[in-house]
Amino acid sequence: MTSIIAECEEVSKLYGTFAALRKVSARLERGRCYLVLGENGAGKSTLLRTLAGLLKPSYGKVRVFGTDGAAEDPMEARERIGYMSHATMLYDEFSGVANLRYFASLYRGRDCVSPEDALRGVGLDPSLVRPVGQYSQGMKQRASLARVLISRPELLLLDEPFSNMDIGSAHQMLRLLDTFRTEQRTIVLTTHQRELAEPLADFVLTLRAGAVVSLEEGPYAKRGALALAATGAAGSVR
Amino acid sequence: MKPAYFLMHLKKDLQLEWRSKDAINSMLFFALLVVVLFSLAFDPTRAVSRQIAGGILCVATMFAAVSALNQAWARELRNQVLDALRMTPAPAASLFLGKALANFLFVMVVEVVLAPVFVMFYNLHALGNAWLLLLVLPLGTWALIVNGVFFAALSIRTRNRELLLPLILISDFYSSAAGDGDVGVGDSDGGNRIRCLWIKMLAAYDVIFTTVCMMLFEVILHAE
Repeated sequence: MTSIIAECEEVSKLYGTFAALRKVSARLERGRCYLVLGENGAGKSTLLRTLAGLLKPSYGKVRVFGTDGAAEDPMEARERIGYMSHATMLYDEFSGVANLRYFASLYRGRDCVSPEDALRGVGLDPSLVRPVGQYSQGMKQRASLARVLISRPELLLLDEPFSNMDIGSAHQMLRLLDTFRTEQRTIVLTTHQRELAEPLADFVLTLRAGAVVSLEEGPYAKRGALALAATGAAGSVR
Repeated sequence: MKPAYFLMHLKKDLQLEWRSKDAINSMLFFALLVVVLFSLAFDPTRAVSRQIAGGILCVATMFAAVSALNQAWARELRNQVLDALRMTPAPAASLFLGKALANFLFVMVVEVVLAPVFVMFYNLHALGNAWLLLLVLPLGTWALIVNGVFFAALSIRTRNRELLLPLILISDFYSSAAGDGDVGVGDSDGGNRIRCLWIKMLAAYDVIFTTVCMMLFEVILHAE
């Protein structure tokens, strides 16, 4: 039987009178990749932030790892989730490795990936002393993904991970994400570049004005393999 | 709360300040400006100016600290670092305490630099127990900072937070500031008793507000 890692039950999120999410229901299975599509303002980021526990739903319930996040221990659930936002979520003044060392130190007692390995995994040089504020946009995105990976999260929520990335870097990131599926991690990613991320997707969820308009089986589920350009070895973070 | 988390937050804040020196430079510049302007506006050699000198030092430090406290969470707001911190298992109280202690050290540095300049400008000399200053200064500064860091976090999601912070902070800090000032009452036996009472009250104020702020910070951190 497939295990459910996260579940939204009739989730609505209101900002004042504006409904960012309208009765969204979804069940996320372990080891699957979900692609969330939608126009700007469709509610993609709100859905991810709600799953991450950063936003509380106005109505409905979000359950992560089989527990009711609100009623039980949300802190316990949060540390098992990796959330990557549009912003880097890193200090501009620190280098990539200094940022990751700081965040790794906050996951005391957990089996974390070393900051150097996490950076190598996303194709960044850990010996780079330049502060993150001086990185190119693509490098910032990679460093941001490396931060997400250090705690070995079981559920990865990635908001526009390929924005401002060149095509080669985006494919490298896709191959890296594909390796997580074999580790039974669940990936939920939003993007406007459907054709780029779709080969990775088991399911494609489309949102419009905060509501789910379709949930289709993705190419990966149909084919059972990732059809990416086989140039260079896939990155790996263990 | 595990001290290891608190030390990591403190180390990070000290490293960030060491690289940028934003808070200390802005505070020093602002406080020195106030001291110089007051010395120009009022004749510092007159007895009345020297009587209010302590108040001027207090006001200069307080306003300088408020200007820095307004930016206390700026780096965490930029790039949504605060959300990344919210996702970690580190207790919120350790983040708060690390930030408060870092800011306390920045303000203490400013006070240590400012005090001799101030003594020089106003041609002051110590009356009574000068060592009391070593007790009152950290206690009063901590009272200002612990509230300031808490209210700065409280106001980060509000509009006009630059106005809101001094408004809340100074009204709340008033009771502590009164204590700071009253420690300097006369040198008689009665004066000593009042002085001791105010120091105890100041210490109690610090303990109570530190505890309350640490307890409530988690709610503030995870508020939407």
